[in-house]
Amino acid sequence: MTETRIERHHYDVVVIGAGGAGLRAAIEARLAGKKTAIISKSLFGKAHTVMAEGGAAAAMGNVNSRDSWQVHFRDTMRGGKFLNNFRMAELHAKESPQRIWELETYGALFDRTKDGKISQRNFGGHEYPRLAHVGDRTGLELIRTLQQKIVSLQQEDKRDLGDYEARIRVFSETTITELLLDGDRVAGAFGYYRESGEFVLFEAPAVVLATGGVGRSYKVTSNSWEYTGDGHALALRAGGTLINMEFLQFHPTGMVWPPSVKGILVTESVRGDGGVLKNSDGKRFMFDYVPDVFRKQYAETEEEADRWYEDPDNNRRPPELLPRDEVARAINSEVKAGRGTPAGGVYLDIASRKSAEEIRRRLPSMYHQFKELADVDITKEPMEVGPTCHYVMGGVEVDPDSGAAFGTVQGLFAAGEVSGGMHGSNRLGGNSLSDLLVFGKRAGGHAASYADGLAARPQVSVSAVEAAVETALAPLQRDTGESPYVLQQDLQAVMGDLVGIIRREGELVDAMSRLAELRERVAKVSAAGGRRYNPGWHLALDLRNMLVVSECTAKAALERQESRGGHTREDFPGMEPRWRQVNLVCKLDGDAVVLTHKPLPKMRAELIGLFDRAELSKYLTDEELAEFDALAKEAGN
Amino acid sequence: MGTKRQFRIWRGDDTGGDLQDYTVEVNEGEVVLDVIHRLQATETPDLACRWNCKAGKCGSCSMEINGKPRLSCMTRMSTFEEDETVTVTPLRTFPVIRDLVTDVSFNYEKARETPAFAPPADLAPGEYRMQQVDVERSQEFRKCIECFLCQNVCHVIRDHDENKQAFSGPRFFIRAAELDMHPLDAKTDRKEYAQAEQGLGFCNITKCCTEVCPEHIKITDNAIIPMKERVVDRRYDPLVWLGSKIFRRGQVPQTSVTSGHSSGAVRAGAAHGGVHSHAGGSHDAQAERQAQQGVNWHREVPHPTAPAVDASGKLPLTELTFDRAAAPSPFGDDVSFPLPPEHLNFAHPQQDEKH
Repeated sequence: MTETRIERHHYDVVVIGAGGAGLRAAIEARLAGKKTAIISKSLFGKAHTVMAEGGAAAAMGNVNSRDSWQVHFRDTMRGGKFLNNFRMAELHAKESPQRIWELETYGALFDRTKDGKISQRNFGGHEYPRLAHVGDRTGLELIRTLQQKIVSLQQEDKRDLGDYEARIRVFSETTITELLLDGDRVAGAFGYYRESGEFVLFEAPAVVLATGGVGRSYKVTSNSWEYTGDGHALALRAGGTLINMEFLQFHPTGMVWPPSVKGILVTESVRGDGGVLKNSDGKRFMFDYVPDVFRKQYAETEEEADRWYEDPDNNRRPPELLPRDEVARAINSEVKAGRGTPAGGVYLDIASRKSAEEIRRRLPSMYHQFKELADVDITKEPMEVGPTCHYVMGGVEVDPDSGAAFGTVQGLFAAGEVSGGMHGSNRLGGNSLSDLLVFGKRAGGHAASYADGLAARPQVSVSAVEAAVETALAPLQRDTGESPYVLQQDLQAVMGDLVGIIRREGELVDAMSRLAELRERVAKVSAAGGRRYNPGWHLALDLRNMLVVSECTAKAALERQESRGGHTREDFPGMEPRWRQVNLVCKLDGDAVVLTHKPLPKMRAELIGLFDRAELSKYLTDEELAEFDALAKEAGN
Repeated sequence: MGTKRQFRIWRGDDTGGDLQDYTVEVNEGEVVLDVIHRLQATETPDLACRWNCKAGKCGSCSMEINGKPRLSCMTRMSTFEEDETVTVTPLRTFPVIRDLVTDVSFNYEKARETPAFAPPADLAPGEYRMQQVDVERSQEFRKCIECFLCQNVCHVIRDHDENKQAFSGPRFFIRAAELDMHPLDAKTDRKEYAQAEQGLGFCNITKCCTEVCPEHIKITDNAIIPMKERVVDRRYDPLVWLGSKIFRRGQVPQTSVTSGHSSGAVRAGAAHGGVHSHAGGSHDAQAERQAQQGVNWHREVPHPTAPAVDASGKLPLTELTFDRAAAPSPFGDDVSFPLPPEHLNFAHPQQDEKH
C-alpha cells in the first residue's frame, strides 16, 4: 500500500452527527469540561433536524394547565403501542419542559401565548396542546439555537483560552466510516473530509452516535442524503445491538406531486389547524378508519370534529389527528381501493376551510413551499399527499438513563433517531425534537463521565487504521464494479416495494434474497473520479451501511408476525399481546445479521397505574392483566 | 415524457476549470437539482454539488443559475424556455473547492465573531415572558436558512476579497438586528457593534441581498436600514450631525459609538453644546426663557464647527457610500418642515407690552 496521509486528533468525546441530538450532546460534554469534537456530515447547521416543522412536545401546560408529564407519558406509550422502553418514555416526558426552557436561555424565540409564555399547539396523538413551536419551522429554530449556543461556548473559550476551538470544534463535511476499538472499548473513529478526500483519525475514549435515520434506503422518503444509517451500522460493527428495526414510520402526508419533490412532508399542523383528508370522491374518509383502541377519543361525525377546533374540552378530536401510522394506512387503503388522486395520493384540503389570509399566517412555510416548489396555491386548491418514509423507530439499543450502547462495546453512546426504544413501534409527532434534547443531553453527559472514569485511554491499533483506509479507498481503486447510484436505486426499489408500508411474508423472503445479491454487488462497487469532493465515492461508502441496516429491517419485519405501529403485516393484521413482550434485537456475527428475541423491561407499578384497565386490555396478555388487577387491588386496600 | 435540455455546468477546482456542455433528460415538474442528480447518476458520477433537504429548508444547494444566485432545489425547470441553455456555476464570492461546491468557511468565521445571545441574569429557564408581537421582529430574521446567497450577491465582497476582513455581510447584519430586537437580550450595543466591527457602513443599500433571499426576509428594509438609521447617519454625516446639534430633540447625537472611532472634531463641537440657537428648539431652559424676553442682540451664536473628518483629514462620507439617493437635509434628518410654532424663536416687538 502506498503511503497515506492521516490527520490525527485527540478528543475526550467525539460526537458523530450534528443534528439536534449531536449538538445537544456536544454542549453537555463541553459543559462537563471535556474536549469535544462534533463530526458533521454536511455543513454545520444543515442537519435533517431543520426539516422538523410541527414542534417539540413538552408538557409545560402553558395552553392547557391540565397537562402533565404523566399525561405525556401515557400519550407516548399509547402512540408506541406499549412497545416503548417505558423508562425512556418516562424520562422524556419528565425532562422535556426543562430542555425546552433551556433553549430560551440559548436565545430561541418560540411563538408565545397571550400571557407571554411559550405557545403550544395540538398535534396527532397528544391529548393536550403540547408542541412548542415557531410557525412551521421549529426544527430550524432548534438547530440554529444549538448551533449558536456552540458558537457562544467557543467565544467563551476564545476569551478564556485564546482559541475558539480549544474545547469544542466542529468538523464539517466529514464522514466517519469506522469506529476503532481497543478490545471492547471505543478508542477512536476514522473517516474522511468530504472536501479534500483526506483521511482523519479521532482518538477518543467516548463516542456519541447521533447520526439520525435510514430513510435513504427508500424510494419515497422525506429524508436527506445523509440518512444512510451510518450510526446504526457503526454500532453494529463495533459490537453494539439494534432493536425494533422493523418499525419505520411512514409520514402520512408527503407531497406526491410534482415528482421532483415526491416525499417531502406536509406538516401535521395542516391537519391540526383544520385541514381534512378527502378521497377522489370528495369524501372525508378518515371517519371510516378509527380503530377500536382510539374510538373513545375521536369524533364520529364531521360536526363534532369541526367543533373540536374551537372547543376541545367538550368535543372529541377529528380523526385526521389519529397517530401517523393509522393515517398512513388509511390513505394507503383509499388509494388501493381506487379512490386516490392521479398521482397516487389523496387530497389534503385546507383551502375550503380557512381564509387565505389565515392559512398564510398559520402555515407560512407550507404556503411558500407549495407555491415555489410546485406552483400550487394551498389557499386555493387542495394538496395531493401520500405516505412517505419519514422516521425509523428502531435503532441502537441503549441504556435508558445514560444512552450507553448495549452489546459488547463500551464507551459508545447513542441519542436521537439513531437510538431505539423511546418511541416503541410508532413515534408521536413532536416527540422527536424533545427526544433529541433530552437524550442528547443525557448521552453527552454520560459520555463525559465515562471518559472521566477511565484509568487509561484505550489505544487505536495501527492495523485497524490500515484496514479502514483500505476499505475506504477500495471503491476508487476498482473500475470493474457497478455505479453506486445504480446500486442505491436497486436497494431503494427492494426496500420500497418489498419492505414498505404494508408487508407480506413472501415479499419479505424475496427481499432477503435480493438483499443478499445486493450485498455481493455492493462489495464490488466502483466509483469514478478522485478523492476530492467526489459524491460518487461518498455514496459508494455509504452503501454498505444502508445495506446492513436494510437487512436488519427486512429480517425483523419477517420475524414479527403481527401488525403494530410502524410495522404492518397483511398476513397478520392484528396486534398480538404476546408480541408486545418482545423486542427483536439485531447484532452482527462476522458479516451476518443475527436476530434474537429479548423480553421488554417491565413497567413500574406506579406507571402502569396511570392507565385504564380497559385500555390496557387491548395491549396486555391475560397474565399481565391478572398481575395489573392484583396491583390495583393492593392499591385499593 | 421527458425532453432533452441543454445544460452548461462549470467543472473544475481551485486550479481552474471551464463550462462543459451536457444534454440531459428533463421531466415535468422537475427542478435544477433533479437534473444535476440525473447527471450524477448517469454521465458524471463525480459531479460535486451540495444538497440536503431538497425542499428549500436547509440552504445547502446554493449556486448561480444563468448568473442568478439561486437554490437549485427551488428553481423549477418550467421557468426556462424549452430551447434555453441553462448555465450553472458555483457561487462567485467564495473560493471553489470542486465543481459547484465552494468554500463557505468565511461565513462560519463571521458567525463565530458575532457576539452570542446574552441571557438576562435575573431570569431562570422557564421564566422568560415575551409578547408575540415583540418576538416577531426577531423571528423574521431567524427564518434565515444560511444559504449564503445574500453574502454571495453582496457587491462589497463579491469581487472584493480585500473587504472580507472588515465586512461580515447581510447574513450577520440580520443576526445583529435579530439580537438587537430580541426582547430579553442583555447586550445593548448590537447596532454599535454592527457599525464598528461588522462593517455595516460598507453597505450601500442596493437591496440585492433582499432580492435573492429564498426566505423573503426583508434584509435591507427591516434589518440594515433600521440599524443604519440609528447609528450610521449620525456618525458619518457631518451635516446631519450639525443639524442635530442645532435642532436637538432631546437626543444626544451618538457621536461616539465606540471609543476608538470618535473623532477629535466631534468632541470639539460637543464643547459648545449649551449654546442657544437662533432657530429655537433648544432644550436649554434658561436660554429659552431669555429668548422669550425679547430679542437679545448680544446672544451668542453657534461657533463654526469643523466637519467630523476621519484620520486622513477627509470626510468619511462620499457620494458612493452614502445610503440616500439625494443630498441630505442640511437641517438634519430628524427635522421636518414646517417646524411646530412652539419651537420657533420669534419674539414680537410688542410682546412685553402685552404682559
